[in-house]
Amino acid sequence: MTTQEALFNYCLRLADNHLILGHRLSELCSKGPVLEEDIACTNISLDLIGQANALLQYAASIENNGRNEDDLAFLRHERHFYNSLLSEQPNRDFAFTMVKQFLIDAFNYYLFDELKKSKDLTISALTTKGHKEITYHLRHSSTWIDRLGLGTDESNLRTQNAINELWRFTDDMFVMDEVDKMLITDGIATDLNIIKTKWQNTVNGAFEKANLKIPEKVWMQYGSKQGKHTEHLGFLLAEMQHLHRAYPGVKW
Amino acid sequence: MENALNEKSFQDKIDEGISIEPKDWMPETYRKHVLRQISQHAHSEIIGMQPEGNWITRAPSLRRKMVLLAKVQDEAGHGLYLYSAAESMGVTRDELLDQLHTGKAKYSSIFNYPTLTWADIGAVGWLVDGAAIMNQVMLQRTSYGPYARAMVRICKEESFHQRQGFEIMTVLSEGSSEQKEMAQDALNRWWWPSLMMFGPPDEESPNSANALKWKIKREGNDELRQRFVNQTVPQAAILGLKVPDTDLKWNEAKKGYDFGTPNWAEFKNVISGNGPCNKERIANKIHSHKEGAWVREAAEAYAAKKNKASIAA
Repeated sequence: MTTQEALFNYCLRLADNHLILGHRLSELCSKGPVLEEDIACTNISLDLIGQANALLQYAASIENNGRNEDDLAFLRHERHFYNSLLSEQPNRDFAFTMVKQFLIDAFNYYLFDELKKSKDLTISALTTKGHKEITYHLRHSSTWIDRLGLGTDESNLRTQNAINELWRFTDDMFVMDEVDKMLITDGIATDLNIIKTKWQNTVNGAFEKANLKIPEKVWMQYGSKQGKHTEHLGFLLAEMQHLHRAYPGVKW
Repeated sequence: MENALNEKSFQDKIDEGISIEPKDWMPETYRKHVLRQISQHAHSEIIGMQPEGNWITRAPSLRRKMVLLAKVQDEAGHGLYLYSAAESMGVTRDELLDQLHTGKAKYSSIFNYPTLTWADIGAVGWLVDGAAIMNQVMLQRTSYGPYARAMVRICKEESFHQRQGFEIMTVLSEGSSEQKEMAQDALNRWWWPSLMMFGPPDEESPNSANALKWKIKREGNDELRQRFVNQTVPQAAILGLKVPDTDLKWNEAKKGYDFGTPNWAEFKNVISGNGPCNKERIANKIHSHKEGAWVREAAEAYAAKKNKASIAA
């Protein structure tokens, strides 16, 4: 594997995480529990897809093989997507959505904060800009964790259920392989163990404050970095890609 | 006697172009009329999110997806300004939503038509937002202050919406034969409902006379409809698309187009709940409102606890 190949793959991981999480959030447009929340979720979805767009443009330029950001978003198959297993999980209810957002926002917050220092100037610039938006995303989802955890018995129960269900996908975010190792050596990528410690502190603190518990003895699921996903991703891509694929090669 | 005096000074204000503010005296019929119009307008923005939101997850490029997300987010924001303008007349948002859910309050009947293909997103922006702008530009000078001010903000964003719709149509009409066919089909389906957006002919419109006298509206339905046709027909020509009206003809004498009569029976039918999507639009709205009940309760309970804690401290 060359550095160029590693960097291409690394950008896809960052981009896919945002694209798929943003897509899930966009499914909720016009379905929010209250109008203000509808606006907030649509706005966050737009931020995430905007960041994914910029990262995919960069990935395409690294690959330098005639593909553009749309080819990468709409013409790759499931096994070539590298978003975290957590990001592709369906919304189910508002508690599921917010727990998922919170766990990923906290991850992105620390990851992007580190990547600001990347020796790759484009990654540094994109994550510096992205971190400002993610800071707001994390504030939004943390506030909801607090509200839902401490609100009513029902909201606490629903949120606890969501944590119990989603926790098994959390470790997958921190898996590192050859791509990471190569790029960490070059000062481009970040050691995810450092991110994990900070992430754990934030998550533990927020859950404790909101009277929520992290489940014990959970069997973790892995695979996203090899493009091995849960069954949900195929349906998501079928919907997202179908129009683009149905009319090959045209402009939109 | 006092009422007659009030009414005279109210009408004088209107005639002098002074805006009516929430605390000013106003005839009950005026209040009801404005409130009904703002509420319909707000609900239209909110229900309008559904036919457009329908294509967000399937938008054919990342750029189109982002523009559509931004647009639908704007519509939600417009709904918010308008609910606030309505609240200035002493109703709560819960009451307004309740009226929507029970069918007591109406919204623009255009949103009861389905968005069947991607080209419909172009046609909705170009035609539906185009028609809406005709109305909204006029409403920036409507006599009720909070409504006029909401419209100023809304108009700034609506012209961007119309442009993005026209841009989608441009790309499709310059694209493959299948794309062009998709664009023509969308125009065929959206043209007549768009003309109906201005409301029935003035002579049959029960609310038109008062609306003009009180300067809630400043132009009649037919006048606005004519202006929309005059503006839009040349745009269709630029796109190389055919407007689906065999009576359409330039009239040199009036410097405008003569055009056919919309199917007003269909209009009445859609307004009374029998359009292709009336049931779904309201059912979806009620469903998400019900699904969100526990979230709203949690937020209220949380705020109450915080409040209590801060008082105790």
